[in-house]
Amino acid sequence: MRYLPLTPDDRTAMLAKIGADNIDALFADVPEGARLSGPIDGLPAHASEMAVERHMRSLAAQNLSAADAPFFLGAGAYRHHIPATVDHIIQRGEFLTAYTPYQPEIAQGTLQVLFEFQTQVARLFGTDIANASMYDGSTACWEAIAMAGRITRRDHAVLSSGLHPHYVSVARTMAKYTGDTLDIATPELMAKTDDDRVIAGITDATSCVVVQYPDLLGRIPDLSRIADAAHEKGALLVAVVTEPVALGLLESPGALGADIVVGEGQSLGVGLQFGGPYLGLFGAREKYARQMPGRLCGETVDADGKRGFVLTLSTREQHIRREKATSNICTNSGLCALAFSIHMTLLGGVGLDRMARINHARAAKAAARLAQIPGVSLVNDAFFNEFTIRIGCDAREAALRMAKNGVLAGVTMGRLFPGQDALSDGLIVAVTETVSDEDIEALATALAQEISGDAA
Amino acid sequence: MNAPNASGWKPQMGPAYRSETPTSSGDMALNLEEPLIFELANRGNCGVDFDEEPDDISPALASFARKSPVDLPGLAEPEAVRHYTRLSRQNYAIDLGPFPLGSCTMKHNPRLNEAVARMPGFADIHPLQPMDTVQGAFAVIEQLAEWLVTLTGMSAVAMSPKAGAHGELCGILAIRAALEARGDKRAVILVPESAHGTNPATAAFAGYAVENIPATKEGRVDLEALKARLGPDVAGVMITNPNTCGLFERDMKAISDAVHAAGGLVYCDGANFNAIVGRVRPGDLGVDAMHINLHKTFSTPHGGGGPGSGPVVLSEALAPYAPIPFVRRDDTGRLRMVEERGAKDLLPDSFGRMVAFHGQMGMFTRALAYMLSHGVDGLRQVAEDAVLNANYVLRSLDDVLDAPFGGSGPCMHEALFSDAGLAEGFTTLDIAKGLIDEGFHPMTVYFPLVVHGAMLIEPTETESRAGLDRLIASLRHVVTRAKDGDEALKSAPHYAPRRRLDETQAARKPVLVWKGDPAPAGEPTRSETGGR
Repeated sequence: MRYLPLTPDDRTAMLAKIGADNIDALFADVPEGARLSGPIDGLPAHASEMAVERHMRSLAAQNLSAADAPFFLGAGAYRHHIPATVDHIIQRGEFLTAYTPYQPEIAQGTLQVLFEFQTQVARLFGTDIANASMYDGSTACWEAIAMAGRITRRDHAVLSSGLHPHYVSVARTMAKYTGDTLDIATPELMAKTDDDRVIAGITDATSCVVVQYPDLLGRIPDLSRIADAAHEKGALLVAVVTEPVALGLLESPGALGADIVVGEGQSLGVGLQFGGPYLGLFGAREKYARQMPGRLCGETVDADGKRGFVLTLSTREQHIRREKATSNICTNSGLCALAFSIHMTLLGGVGLDRMARINHARAAKAAARLAQIPGVSLVNDAFFNEFTIRIGCDAREAALRMAKNGVLAGVTMGRLFPGQDALSDGLIVAVTETVSDEDIEALATALAQEISGDAA
Repeated sequence: MNAPNASGWKPQMGPAYRSETPTSSGDMALNLEEPLIFELANRGNCGVDFDEEPDDISPALASFARKSPVDLPGLAEPEAVRHYTRLSRQNYAIDLGPFPLGSCTMKHNPRLNEAVARMPGFADIHPLQPMDTVQGAFAVIEQLAEWLVTLTGMSAVAMSPKAGAHGELCGILAIRAALEARGDKRAVILVPESAHGTNPATAAFAGYAVENIPATKEGRVDLEALKARLGPDVAGVMITNPNTCGLFERDMKAISDAVHAAGGLVYCDGANFNAIVGRVRPGDLGVDAMHINLHKTFSTPHGGGGPGSGPVVLSEALAPYAPIPFVRRDDTGRLRMVEERGAKDLLPDSFGRMVAFHGQMGMFTRALAYMLSHGVDGLRQVAEDAVLNANYVLRSLDDVLDAPFGGSGPCMHEALFSDAGLAEGFTTLDIAKGLIDEGFHPMTVYFPLVVHGAMLIEPTETESRAGLDRLIASLRHVVTRAKDGDEALKSAPHYAPRRRLDETQAARKPVLVWKGDPAPAGEPTRSETGGR
């Protein structure tokens, strides 16, 4: 057993030291009826490194990876180029195999990274502060709604119809148990965002409005108008960013009046990974620091007066406040935060600006090309790197056929809103710097074939 | 002072010599200081080259555009590599030595698992790809689920929870859904003192009131107190087994039976499953839901604080209430991800979705590779060696340290000590910081709360006997210093990148983001700020 260093002689000597006759004596507190005496049926015995690698490789080979097909999927998870430096550094054992920095004197590497990460996120979001990461964008979104409830002492949230339906679904699950009410609508395939509906829904009972920016269809809501309307009624604006690269080009939600900004950080440094692990981003106004969920890293000094960093404000947390804590979470996505932070450090504001402009230009090119196809109409007026088209037939079936022909065409509204016929011809197309002109042409060709009925 | 340390290594230079000869850079040979990126860089830098020049932005977007780039520094690639490499040198990690954090379970992280998780077929696929194009990914989930269900003796498993505490939430939501399905509005969850600290917060987040159940003098759940509190308002109990005192809850079956008889359900915190994997199936003890920290028992790197992964195994009673999405094989033998709509037919009572996508795929691949490497025989050996190592530590130290439950039967995967017997004014914290100077990461301190000045040592199964002997020798040395009243121990650590940090100041006046002035363009700042 290559991972276990004890030898049979070690075990014998150690049992002697303990004063136990055999290993079973150490499991004496397990009731007899519950002890397993032999192997468990149905599970294999140990295997060599080569055999395990072979098995896993055969499973991996059954998947069509994004590198092997023109690739246009987004809707909450984006494919960007990750500089080789990112993965190299996160695989350094001192980062990879460290635990939560409970002993700050020997965890300054992790802690300084978290402090830098918090600063990067806060500046990207236009918020005063940010936490040291959460599970993912969807859970961060619910935590923001719960936090707004604590701050305003109200329990009614208005959700934009442009909010990712899986985020809505998570909030719906939790609200069932916390007693919050959620005002939710289904999106329509139209150019206008539902800002008017959201604003009309704000009342004196509203804790927050939750608006995705850019939204699910790639449209861009008018955050400052919504912020004003929310603040007028004493409600908070929670902005949700599922594609942080967009903020290289768009005004930050904080600057537009958002009180809490949450997001999915997967786009920078983390990779697609079939949905996880991802990285929840969470920023807010400074006055709400003690109401924030999750972990915070703060600056301080050591006994010699040298600057250092520690986990702080832990009196908000579950291990101290128990049932009164701001959340029950006890870990963060430290390694993903490190990856995000390295990628952001390589880019800097200047590089992020360039990357965002390239994303936008590529997407604009693709949108113009696809809109030329008879039967295709572009839903959006404005978009960043993601837009929605209508293709006049069931997009889910079309996307499956295109995938079988080697083109991963986009996320279908039918997958996200099953059974809603009015949305079934909608296809959300994401275009990043990884998409080439040839990829766009391949998608256009595949789509034209689908629509004309010539698809194989 | 140049006393030999317990591991036998003799420092050639003492701290006095160091402090008398400051360096101009702040660095001391390989003891490196590193400024923040904000102090290092000048604004205009970028460490990423793109293969095209950006076009103008479209008029439709212009009204939303920001006026200038985000105010963040960039580093050229060599500077970035150095920044993070230098920072990494200030971290302790399992790759450097033992990490005996009780209840956190830091063991060797096999590099094969890293290679597997990075295979493009796993790492570079999108969660919403057409299902026919990700059959291999679904197969990973299916195989991992089969291992977890079989090892725990349960009926089903929910794979999507993102971490241990998220798994607790999943289990409690399933309990609440099950009770409400039978029209039973119970309001209270009981949490024994010997359970994990996250449990009360989890129950509260699921809308429950929380009541504590005391521990016995032996460090286990007080069965009689628990029984006495059961009633029609109690939804369930959250219990940790093996518990946070490192002990097996002998009465687990009796507890489960009593809770079930009173109409409640049993949540077991499975953070310590590594102590019993392959030797005990929680399903046989009447557990209804239990999360498995894949990163602990099945070894995925914790990355300085996550990510984790917390699949939840469920009993027959709770399986119908599992969250979506989940993987099922359809009539044609194809694997399918069942989501909101499909669940209406297959799992109509599901409590719903708890995360955007379907869990921590990157952790699933690592955990499956680990399970396949060990096999069911190796996993049993894992539990045996973890328990053997913990008891070895317990018996090797109980002559110098107070082991409050040392007479209460064998410990499981972790050994618990208290601060009794230290010299006046010396604390558990001093022991921890002294251990840092010995070159070890400290054990868990001041947890569990049921023991005064607790020290919880979890060696794990990937430590060798010789390695344990070195750790034990260092601990004996530090404990002896604390008993002898060695004042120098109170200001330990002396050899770490930082001495004791002022946590009070950090909390009183929180500084959570860098607010300094940017470095003047083109001027190096490393030597100016290093060593601050």
